[in-house]
Amino acid sequence: MAEQLAIGSRRGLKPALPLLLPAYLWLTVAIFLPLSAMVFFSFMTDLPLAGKEWAFTLGNYATFFSQSLYLTLLLASLRLGLEVTLWCVVIGYPAAYVLAKVLKGRSREAIFLLVILPFWSNGLVRIFSWAMVLREGGILDTALNAVLPFKINIDLMYSYPAVIIGLVHSYVPYMVLTCYLTLQAIDDSLIEAGRSLGASRLQVLKRVIIPLSMPGLIAGAALIFVPVVGSFMEPRILGGRTGTFYGTVIEDQFVAVFNWPLGAALSFILLAVVLIILGLAAPVLRRAA
Amino acid sequence: MAGVQVANVSRSFGAHKALDDVSIDFADGGFYALLGPSGSGKTTLLRQIAGFDFPDAGRIAIGGESVERVPVEKRRIGMVFQNYALFPNMSVADNVAFGLSVRGEPKATIAVEVQRALDLVQLGKLGGRRPHQLSGGQRQRVALARAIVTKPRVLLLDEPLGALDKALRVDMQIELKRIQREIGITTIFVTHDQEEALTMSDRIGILRDGRLVQEGPPEEIYDRPQSEFAATFLGDANIFRGDAIGNGIKLPDGTTINAASGASVPAGAKASCAVRPERIQISAGTAKFDAGNANTLKGQVSKRIFAGNNSTYFVERDGQTLKVIVQNTGAERLAEGEPVVLSWSPDSTVLIAAN
Ligand SMILES: Nc1ncnc2c1ncn2[C@@H]1O[C@H](COP(=O)(O)OP(=O)(O)OP(=O)(O)O)[C@@H](O)[C@H]1O
Ligand SMILES: [Mg+2]
Repeated sequence: MAEQLAIGSRRGLKPALPLLLPAYLWLTVAIFLPLSAMVFFSFMTDLPLAGKEWAFTLGNYATFFSQSLYLTLLLASLRLGLEVTLWCVVIGYPAAYVLAKVLKGRSREAIFLLVILPFWSNGLVRIFSWAMVLREGGILDTALNAVLPFKINIDLMYSYPAVIIGLVHSYVPYMVLTCYLTLQAIDDSLIEAGRSLGASRLQVLKRVIIPLSMPGLIAGAALIFVPVVGSFMEPRILGGRTGTFYGTVIEDQFVAVFNWPLGAALSFILLAVVLIILGLAAPVLRRAA
Repeated sequence: MAGVQVANVSRSFGAHKALDDVSIDFADGGFYALLGPSGSGKTTLLRQIAGFDFPDAGRIAIGGESVERVPVEKRRIGMVFQNYALFPNMSVADNVAFGLSVRGEPKATIAVEVQRALDLVQLGKLGGRRPHQLSGGQRQRVALARAIVTKPRVLLLDEPLGALDKALRVDMQIELKRIQREIGITTIFVTHDQEEALTMSDRIGILRDGRLVQEGPPEEIYDRPQSEFAATFLGDANIFRGDAIGNGIKLPDGTTINAASGASVPAGAKASCAVRPERIQISAGTAKFDAGNANTLKGQVSKRIFAGNNSTYFVERDGQTLKVIVQNTGAERLAEGEPVVLSWSPDSTVLIAAN
């Protein structure tokens, strides 16, 4: 039986090759080539542009370890990633639950559209709209002062919360979508079965629904955590001076300081750290699921 | 354990009346089948009793306690779903343990009770498996064990055997009946398989378009249906329509059919008579028939279907096709096209008021 299967799958691969080819070609061109170029850069002393001299070095990687600033920023970015991911769970999961299990028909479609709208709007537009809302004398400030009887000053602009708000807004649709898909697949009769056995709604949620939607939560968390740790646009625009993170430092190396080799090295250190974190978390999360 | 009283329950979805003034008294410890065509409101009624849905009007009581506004989890019911609804993220034992564990029972008690329930459904050794590693019949047993381990007051089953093949179905019917007797639990069983309803239940309720058509023990419904629908839905029946004349009807061609039981219909009103195919005696046009068979009709065999232990004859008579089932006694068989006489006793005939 196993032999037959093995033969079957080998036979199955060959006809599939022409179908897989475009995908592999695309992966090679779009990801592998630029990535290898970056690996190459990260071991250079300088860019080989305008006939400048260059040599191989490990110095770029050493820089990370020689200055505590980089480690501090990396930790700050990891914390940012964790916080944004948690907020996305807190906001996105209930939203996905309502979409999948409470709303039906037209109203579901309408809300769904609202949730994925940020996906379709340009990132910069989105961030600058938040800037308009969050600054002193901005929309939030004006609106709250119009309603509240006492005067308060809301100036969230250029602060850590502003960065969090901007990032959560950008990334929460991922969590909603991945959780929606797993929640959608959970049969309503499981919920009813749980309740008929004497479990309250909360107990059913804890013991049946959340465990069954774990794959969606994990996928969403991975999709959010990784890019947020390396994010630079939201921290820079909404965070101002407080918005210096690991991602903004990398961006600086590429666009301001023009030290591509250091930028590349810092990127690969981040990649390694993120992969290690995901690798360590995987078994734990798999057991939870 | 407890009986269930459903009194004047109605439930509408928009303009559609899924349940229309339904009243049934489910006796304590009885096995009750709810039978009816698709869309007749069986599931809706079961969901009102379970508490997944609430009636617009009427009363529901379990064990004498009114429960209309009590949520499912407080009703102490056990429910078995058509698709089993086992929790895929838990082992078989954890599935069965679920109801006890949400109640906060001590672990040791749970283990004992779970094992007892699994033994009862003859799955004592499979506690460690996951639901997807079980066959359909085994899953059904787990679902049953899970539903009864909490010692519910009522057991509700919505077409629990619908997804099983015929042979397994019969096994599970016997099994379910055995378990029900053993623990003596009031059981309400939804099915649209009439044979299942007849063989398993103490009482049957027939639903149609949200209304309770007839309710009673299987023999009573089979022998004395109160409507053409009940007569033809539960088993086969030949229906004659005509004008009532005391204890019987006069057919349009003047023939009278006498009935010993059934509704009392004022003379002249529209009425029908129902007679079961196996109660009719069929004989060749010239032969004699039992003197007690006061009802006789002449006809012609249009078709005969041989099924081993019996034969079904289709007899044409005055534009109507009648069905007669004859046990295979080795007697001479009638040929297609042959003129025949049908005869049966008024005791086998039920008078039904036109609806
Ligand atoms: N949630 C609902 N919303 C709208 N209509 C419903 C709902 N539930 C049931 N109905 C309608 O009520 C009627 C009775 O449905 P029900 O499910 O009780 O039928 P049933 O007797 O169980 O049929 P089946 O044998 O097909 O399961 C049907 O016409 C159905 O369309
Ligand atoms: Mg149904």
